[in-house]
Amino acid sequence: MTGPDPRNSAPESPEEAASGGTLITSLALRQRAGGIAVPAVTVVIAFLMGGIVVLATGHNPLIAYRDIFNGAGLNWIFHPTTSLVPTASYNLSQTLLQTTTLILCGLAVAFAFRCGMFNIGGQGQYFVGIYVANWLGYDFAGMSPVPHILLCIVAATLAGAVWAGIAGFLKATAGAHEVISTIMLNWIAIWIGEWLFGDGGPLQNAANKAVPISNDIANSAKLPVFWGQQQLQGLDVGFFVAIAALVVFWAILNRTTMGYEVRAVGFNPEAAAYGGINVKKNLIRAMAISGAFAGLAGAIDMTGYLYHYGQTDIPFSSVGFLGIAVALLGRNTAAGTGAAALLFGALLFGTTHGLTSNVIQPELAGNLTYIIQGLVVLFIGADVLILYVWNTRRKLRRARSAEAVSAR
Amino acid sequence: MSSLAERLENPLSARLRNPAVTGYAGIAAGVFAAFLTIPPIQARAVTWPILVGIVAAVLGIWTVTRGRRRLGWGAVAAGLLGIALGILATRSSVGNLNAVFDAALIAQTFAFTTPLIFGAIAGMFSERSGVVNIGLEGMMLMGAFWGVYGADKGGSWVVGIVVGMGVGAVLALVYAYFAIHLRADQIVGGTAVNFLALGITGYFFFQLYNGNYIPEGASTIPNFNIPWLGSEHFLGPAIGHLNIMVWAGFALVIGSYVVMFKTPIGLRIRACGEHPRAADTVGINVYAIRYGCVVLSGILAALGGVYLSDGFGGGTFVNNMTDGRGFIALAAMIFGNWRPFGAFGAALLFGFSSAIALRLQVYSASASTLFNILPYVLTLIAVAGVIGRTIPPAADGKPYKKQ
Repeated sequence: MTGPDPRNSAPESPEEAASGGTLITSLALRQRAGGIAVPAVTVVIAFLMGGIVVLATGHNPLIAYRDIFNGAGLNWIFHPTTSLVPTASYNLSQTLLQTTTLILCGLAVAFAFRCGMFNIGGQGQYFVGIYVANWLGYDFAGMSPVPHILLCIVAATLAGAVWAGIAGFLKATAGAHEVISTIMLNWIAIWIGEWLFGDGGPLQNAANKAVPISNDIANSAKLPVFWGQQQLQGLDVGFFVAIAALVVFWAILNRTTMGYEVRAVGFNPEAAAYGGINVKKNLIRAMAISGAFAGLAGAIDMTGYLYHYGQTDIPFSSVGFLGIAVALLGRNTAAGTGAAALLFGALLFGTTHGLTSNVIQPELAGNLTYIIQGLVVLFIGADVLILYVWNTRRKLRRARSAEAVSAR
Repeated sequence: MSSLAERLENPLSARLRNPAVTGYAGIAAGVFAAFLTIPPIQARAVTWPILVGIVAAVLGIWTVTRGRRRLGWGAVAAGLLGIALGILATRSSVGNLNAVFDAALIAQTFAFTTPLIFGAIAGMFSERSGVVNIGLEGMMLMGAFWGVYGADKGGSWVVGIVVGMGVGAVLALVYAYFAIHLRADQIVGGTAVNFLALGITGYFFFQLYNGNYIPEGASTIPNFNIPWLGSEHFLGPAIGHLNIMVWAGFALVIGSYVVMFKTPIGLRIRACGEHPRAADTVGINVYAIRYGCVVLSGILAALGGVYLSDGFGGGTFVNNMTDGRGFIALAAMIFGNWRPFGAFGAALLFGFSSAIALRLQVYSASASTLFNILPYVLTLIAVAGVIGRTIPPAADGKPYKKQ
């Protein structure tokens, strides 16, 4: 099928784009309004404001941020081979473990965004992936490793796709807003988990009925670890799966007919329908693919390093929501999502388990992550802020080219 | 001399044969079938719920044949459900039944309902003016922490309420600035508010209380004891000693209905939510109305939070105390079709299901846990349009740009 690239039909100036007011036109604006300037500025502002909170409560923000940096293991890059800092390589492997999850959860949000939908239900789809992977990983013990791992991952990915597909289906057939239905599906998934692992639940461990935790998955369902030791939660090959997912995300959107249709629906559903694209089918499909990424995240976590899950883990997991910040900061592109996932992965581990600091306790720093996350999401969503950056950039560029002309 | 046919023509029986009346009577009979078997009536014979349930189903079928199909099938379903629940109840022990269904269930339902009422009415004001408020959860959480902080440090629950309302208003103002002036996507902005609230309350809870509990003895919001209702008969434990915030919640429902549908300011709010350009043309300041509604929304949601920590919770706070109540409130608002009494009914249903879920533990922990899913499934069904379609305000979530 040949048709005009929908990007060309986007309004010429960002001011016009902003007046459209729909989610996707403002996303298109974000896409166009200048490189990595907006995300970079956003992150700097968010860290500054977080620093002010730290300062106001009587801690030194510079030392706090240095300790968080070290806690995330990012100091490893200064001395990768020497063992000056023995914990650095361990911390970095843990940061990358979080990054793996966040890449996939970020892609889940980003894919739906590209089709003009807001998948706020990444958390629920992630949980569903966790449950299915745990169930198959334990109940199908005795299979040989490769098929067992594949079974767990494929089934959990499909489960995530179905869970999100419900929201896509409701949107396509009944016009139910996907934000509402995915929020509801999140809570349904949470309570199902409470039931599965809880007292007398079907996935509760066989050994001790007083503890609301699942069984460990069989060894044949565990992903191999390539950095660190399996007993100490080393980095598993799921990391490469996440990297591959970034490539797949890019390829689907930019190199396939399906991706073209998804983007066309995202830019303008009426125009897409007029061009012969089945909008309803694409809404369901985009949502299902989106959920597949989140389900895959759950499967990779379960087979990669968690191995079991419990009632108390459920309220502490927020990777699905962090995925929103990752996708928005990464501007819903593959490369951007990867970079943003590394940033938030480092924050997530560096402020909690990895942190050793005399200045700021992990309990404070962990909540600082939420504050920074909130500020990033708040600022990145503001059109006028982006317009301002866009216009300044244009003025700068014009001034520079004028200088270049006069210099000649 | 009047024949049978003539007598059937008289107005009362004509009204009784109206399919709407028979349909609702069928639903009521279905509910009654289950109600018969629980305290205080507590019929122990299976016959009664079955008989009444069959009456409900017959009324339903009759309604279906007269054209009101959805209502009729609803009555049939209510009848069958009533029979099923009735049989279940007659099979279970009297002791268990009395443990689940006692007068305190009513008080507990109201306790669970109140934060939802505040949240749902808060959401209604914001969304009726055209600003989607996903951030209810965060505003409620801020109210919960800063409310109990105010009550603890200020020495009085009144201070707590004032501080909570103030913090809710400030957070809502920040959100309003981004949603209205900066035209940020409102879902994204609301999500940001939730993250911010989670981080700020968690950070300051640890900073100010060093990770410990809020010390006992913080001034809590008092109960309103109705003098002539002791605890001897049914009404005493049911409504005799409710928290004053519960009564405030009931008043809020009535008050918000009057403001929204019976006053000029309510008309203006609704105009901004339905067609902001038209409202602007006739001289309504859309930005001012929207700012006012979002800030009011923050204040009300925060009040729900203060009740949670300093009333219901008895002067405590834990991290992420609201635990999704803001989202249930949002669901109640949608389920109630953006109307005060609709939202109240939905909040009551969701509060009742939470109270029942807590008590079902005498039967089985699993069943009790699964019962918590009910509000979310009901909302999902409601937005899917299976039971009547929910219709949001036309300009809900769309930023307005002055020309």
